[in-house]
Parts: sequence; C-alpha cells; structure tokens
Amino acid sequence: MDLLNAIVALANFVIVPAIAYGSQLALGALGITLVYGILRFSNFAHGDTMAFGTMVTILATWWFQSLGISLGVLPTALLALPFGIVATVALLLGTDRVVYRFYRRQKAAPVIFVMVSLGVMFIMNGLVRFVIGPDDQRFADGARFIVSAREFKAMTGLREGLAIKTSAGITVITAIIVVALLFWFLNHTRTGKSMRAFSDNEDLALLSGINPERVVLYTWMIVGALATIAGVLYGLDKSFKPFTYFQLLLPMFASAIVGGLGSPVGAIAGGFVIAFSEVTVTYAWKKVLRYLLPENLEPDGLVQLMSTDYKFAVSFAILIIVLLFRPTGLFRGKAV
Amino acid sequence: MNPTLRNPLLFAAVAALIVATGLLNSWNVALNILNMGLISAIMALGVNMQWGYAGLFNVGVMGFVALGGLGAVLVSMPPVAEAWAAGGARVLLALAVAVATIAGAVALWKRLRGRRARGLVLAVFLVIGFFLFRWLFDPAVAAIEAVNPAGTGYLGGLGLPVLIGWPVGGLLAAGAAWIVGKTALGLRSDYLAIATLGIAEIIIAVLKNEDWLSRGVKNVVGIPRPWPVPYEIELQDSAAFVARMQGWGLDPVSASAIVVKLLYALLFAVILLALIWLSQKALNSPWGRMMRAIRDNEVAAEAMGKDVTGRHLQIFILGSAVVGLAGAMLVTLDGQLTPGTYNPLRFTFLVWVMVIVGGSGNNWGAVLGGFLIWFLWVQVEPIGLWIMEQITAGMAEDSAIRQHLIKSAAHMRLLTMGVILLLVLRFSPRGLIPER
Repeated sequence: MDLLNAIVALANFVIVPAIAYGSQLALGALGITLVYGILRFSNFAHGDTMAFGTMVTILATWWFQSLGISLGVLPTALLALPFGIVATVALLLGTDRVVYRFYRRQKAAPVIFVMVSLGVMFIMNGLVRFVIGPDDQRFADGARFIVSAREFKAMTGLREGLAIKTSAGITVITAIIVVALLFWFLNHTRTGKSMRAFSDNEDLALLSGINPERVVLYTWMIVGALATIAGVLYGLDKSFKPFTYFQLLLPMFASAIVGGLGSPVGAIAGGFVIAFSEVTVTYAWKKVLRYLLPENLEPDGLVQLMSTDYKFAVSFAILIIVLLFRPTGLFRGKAV
Repeated sequence: MNPTLRNPLLFAAVAALIVATGLLNSWNVALNILNMGLISAIMALGVNMQWGYAGLFNVGVMGFVALGGLGAVLVSMPPVAEAWAAGGARVLLALAVAVATIAGAVALWKRLRGRRARGLVLAVFLVIGFFLFRWLFDPAVAAIEAVNPAGTGYLGGLGLPVLIGWPVGGLLAAGAAWIVGKTALGLRSDYLAIATLGIAEIIIAVLKNEDWLSRGVKNVVGIPRPWPVPYEIELQDSAAFVARMQGWGLDPVSASAIVVKLLYALLFAVILLALIWLSQKALNSPWGRMMRAIRDNEVAAEAMGKDVTGRHLQIFILGSAVVGLAGAMLVTLDGQLTPGTYNPLRFTFLVWVMVIVGGSGNNWGAVLGGFLIWFLWVQVEPIGLWIMEQITAGMAEDSAIRQHLIKSAAHMRLLTMGVILLLVLRFSPRGLIPER
C-alpha cells in the first residue's frame, strides 16, 4: 500500500507535470532546431515568437468568450489557436522578408544572424508588451481536471491523489498529433524531403534544383505553427507572462542542444531530458520518501535538492555537461 | 568629412545634448545622465573588447554587471559580527567542501580514464559531496539569516573602502567568465551566446535567493561612498562650503547635490580615460593585431601558430572583468544593490546597442555609443509618452484605448531600441565611428 502511495505521489508531482512540461519544451525546441538546421542560426527571438502567438490566441479567446462561443469542457483557446498560428506565420514571414533575407543573400556569418535575431526579439517583446501589457494573463477555461485528486482517492482508496489537469492532457495529445504530422511531412512529402536535403547539404540541394526561398518559406510557416502551439499549451498549463516566455529560451536551447542542434528527434528527447531533470531536482521528495522509508528514518527536511528558483541552473548544468562531453548532442546534430 | 574632424564633432554633439538637458530641464538630471553615461561607456568598452576585438558574442552582460555589484557589497559593507559568529565559519567550510568536491571530481575523472566504473564512481563521489555540502550549508544559512533579518540577516562585507571593491567586482566577473569561456569557447559561436545567457540568469537567481550572501531581494542599502565623494549632509554642515556657495549666489542644499554628482563624474571619468588609454595601447600592440587577425580569419591565424581558443578565453575574461568593474561602480553610484532591478533588456541588450551603434571594434565608438544610447534611453520614455498623448488627444478622456496606449508608452523603449539595432546593423554596420 505504501509503495502504491509512493508511486501515485511520484506520478502526481513529478511524472505528470514533467511529461506536460517536456512536451511543451519539445515543441519549442523543435522550432529552434528547424531554424538552426535550415536557416543555420540560433534564433533568440523564438521565445518571444511564442509569446506573440500566444498573445494573439488569447485575444481571439477573449473575443470568442465575449461572443459566448466555447468548446464546453475543452478550453476555448483551442478554437482560437488557428488565429494565433496565422498571425504568427504572417509576422515571421514579414520579419524574414524585411530582416533575415538581406543577410541570407549576403551570406552573413552565423553570429550576425544571432545578433539580428536579438534585435527581432527586442521588437517582438516590445510589441507583445505594448498590446497586452507585461502582466500575468490566465485564459484557461473549460473543465480544470480530467481526474481530480479527490475523485482518484475515492476511486482507489489510496491516501495520495493523482490529479491530471485538462491542460496536461491536451498538451500531450496535441504534442503527439503535431509531432506525428511534422514527421510525416518531413519524411513523406516533396517539400519535407527538400527541407531535409537542404538541411543536410545546402550545395547539393541547390544543385538538384531545390528552390531555397521555398524551403525557407515552409520552414518559417512550420516554425510559426510550432511556436504558437507550444506557447499556447504552456500558457494553458501555467499562465501567460511575456517575461516568462523570454526565460523559456534557456531550457529550450538546452533541449535542442542536448538532443543535437538540427535533429528533430533530438529536440523531442532533449525536451523530456530537461523537463524531467528540472522537475526531479526541484521537487521536495519528503512526500514520496515518507512512504518508502521506515518510520525512524523519515527525513526532517523537505529533501529538495534545489529550490525551484534555481530551475534554470538545472538546464544550464545539463547544457554545460553536454558541451563538455558531447558537443554534438545525443543524436549527433550538426553543430560542433 | 574626414574622421579627425568628424569624431570630435560627434562627441561634441552628444555633450551638447547633455548640456541642453541641463539648461532646459535641470542640472541634476543632466549630471545623472552624464554619470550613467560614463558607466555605460565602460560597459560598452568591455563588450567591445569581446565583440569588436575578437568577435565573441556575450549575451550575459547583465550577469557580469551584477557580479561586479556583488563585489562592491562584499568588500565595502561592514561585517555583521553576530552573523559571522552564528554560521560564518560553517558557510565558508561548506563552500570549501563544494569547491573540493568539484575539483576532486575533475581529478577523479582524469585519474580513472579508461576504467569501466568511472561514471559510477564519479556519481557516488558527487552525491556524497553534495549531501555533505547541504548538511554543512543549510543550518549555517538558517542561523545567519535569523540574525536581525529586517536589518542585516547576512554576513556583511569586509568593511574596506569601496574603491577596493571595484577591482574585486571585476575579478568576480572574470571568474564567472572563465567558467563559461572554458566550456563554451572553441565550439560554434552560438554556444557562447547561449551559455552566457544561462550564466546571467543563474547569477541573478543566486543574488535574489541567497539572503546570507547579499540579502537577496531585501536589497543591500547604504553602501559607503568612495574616497573623494562626500555625503550631501556633510557639505551642508560645513560652514566653509555654505559660505562659498552663498558667495556664488547658489542655494547650498541643491549645490551640495550637484557637487557630489560632479565628484562622481570626475572619478568615473578618470577610470574611463585610464581604460580607454589601456585599450588603445592594447589594440595597437602586436597583441591587438593578433586579436584582429584571429577575428578576421581564424583558420589563417591558427595556421600561423596562434592559439585561437586560448586568446578567445583571454579576451573574454578581460572584457567581462571590465564589465564587472562597471557593475561595481554602478552599485556604488546608486548606493544600493537591488537584484530585482537587473533585467536583460536594460543591462544586456542596451549595452549591445551602444556598441553596435557607436562602432564595433573602435573604443572611441563604444564610448560614444555608451553616452548617446544612454541619453536616448532616458529621453525616449517622455518623448514616447508625449507622442502617445498627441495621438490620443482626439479621444475621450476616459477612452479605454487611450488609457491603454498611454500606459503602454513605457514599452516603446524596447521597440525603439530594437529598431535602432536592426537599422544600424543593416544600413551602417560599422557604426558611427568605424574601425579603421
């Protein structure tokens, strides 16, 4: 019984949140890795792209709510998501046209691209704060839980409850669908194949008649969709605040690098590695250990390895370890 | 126009902007801009060493600025004897254990090369070290933070003059730079950017949460002033000062504030000039030429036998130390360390805009950018507010859109700085004062 309680507590506080967070990071890291693979730079504006997409989705959600349209138990934001995606794709294509294309034609050094993306980040950040303000926004509606802790306790008779938030469920299902679609697209369509060819060897791809501008166009469209979905899922699960989205950059970059920059599978694996490490290191283990250890060994403290304020330190530490021992990442990305 | 005429004119123009602020607004505001401009110029010099001399992209300027500030606090604040008695020795021991654990792990890793159990042994060693550290550290921190939490609750500093704290701040920043540079340099250029972004976030998190070290978000206030700068109240109490100011027909109270700011400006200017002199000497020495050669063609420089990664590490540490020094000066000028106010937009990206706009690779350009961009940063907000008021003048007083626009005017700064950065990068990538 105690063992079961321990497992349930572990699932409730570590496994379920980490899976949800990992899916969000994976979607974000996929966007970063795609830009890296095809446009060949680290996009610092990605966090703020996510914030922009989420902002448009929130505005559309509010509009739907004012019209009285809702999805019942599901959050209205899902209905508003296409608006966010369209707006974000438009913004990214506009940015590419006005900013990045010039440097692409110049064949500028990657570090110049990174700096330019920093300027873009500045502008997007200002735009988001200008429209919706720097404060926290909650926009989740519909049913809060798929399984609430109380129902679970009543169902199983255990002392520990397992709560699964609707947002967590939606996150995982959406992530699976999106990733499946993305891989199908990359592996089975003409455009997807040309994107992979372009990422593997630009010169050969150009030689075989692939139109680079078309590849770039599709990349930005996919990245815009991924960023918006990741941002909205994160916002539904936690809350929306422009600065938090900027701070997500570090764990997302860490995920992409752990997996190997430029490798989509790696980005997904990296997202889960980072999320699980972050949650396990900052979780107070007292609750789980209480069931597992004999009474007299029960810990006094919270048995928390690190306070949650240092969750960035976890991503950073993993990043450093990967850079030291395997700079190409787990799945042998392209960067050295 | 040739550069010998153009550059002094540019500086004169910025000086005229500051003087105009003094005449139109108040000398207090103008001197504040001047002082912060001097500090910004030093930060820009440091970043320019990394970017302009070596092409290294540091996105963690904020972290090094904050570490410099910590250095000033740790040197200048009076020690809290009670807190030291409560847990000072134990904290130091815990930190020593932490350092020894990491050093031991590195040594073990090297010693056990080729053995199969290497990973396992290392993991066990690190876990034991970690728990030993926490066992020593946690009670000591609790004891220190319990000592008069409203007033102190931290170990305090060494009680030495704050001027000594400035180089110490630089050293702390240099230490952090060594850790980052050692891991991220020699790999792709993007990795340094990402690693510095990370270290900056972590440094700020440490400053916000480690109350025993620098009181966290409770802030350290009342940092003593550096040697030649008196307190306003001392000047107002001095009969000679009051008599002289009255002799010049000035109000002694407002004059004392001006004199204090002027003295700060003088002190900062001396340091800035010394740093410019040193940087110019370095840039025009064989070492500086080697740096630029590495920046322009790493492969060729490596073929000539230059240790590219080693030189990069060197310049990265030097530049970060200069940024740390500026951070210590900033904290001294403010008289307080407020970890909550460090945000990347203000302390990282603004400095970058200064370097790019001023002219990367040119020390005078970086300094000019420091003054100019700081001036704009201060002035854009009222201008933005004014524009918003003009735009919305036709709307009803209580219109929601109007209120929202006026409230959001503050965020115009980010937008403006981003646009300036992109425009300069695109149309004038060499900046106002280009590298020759």
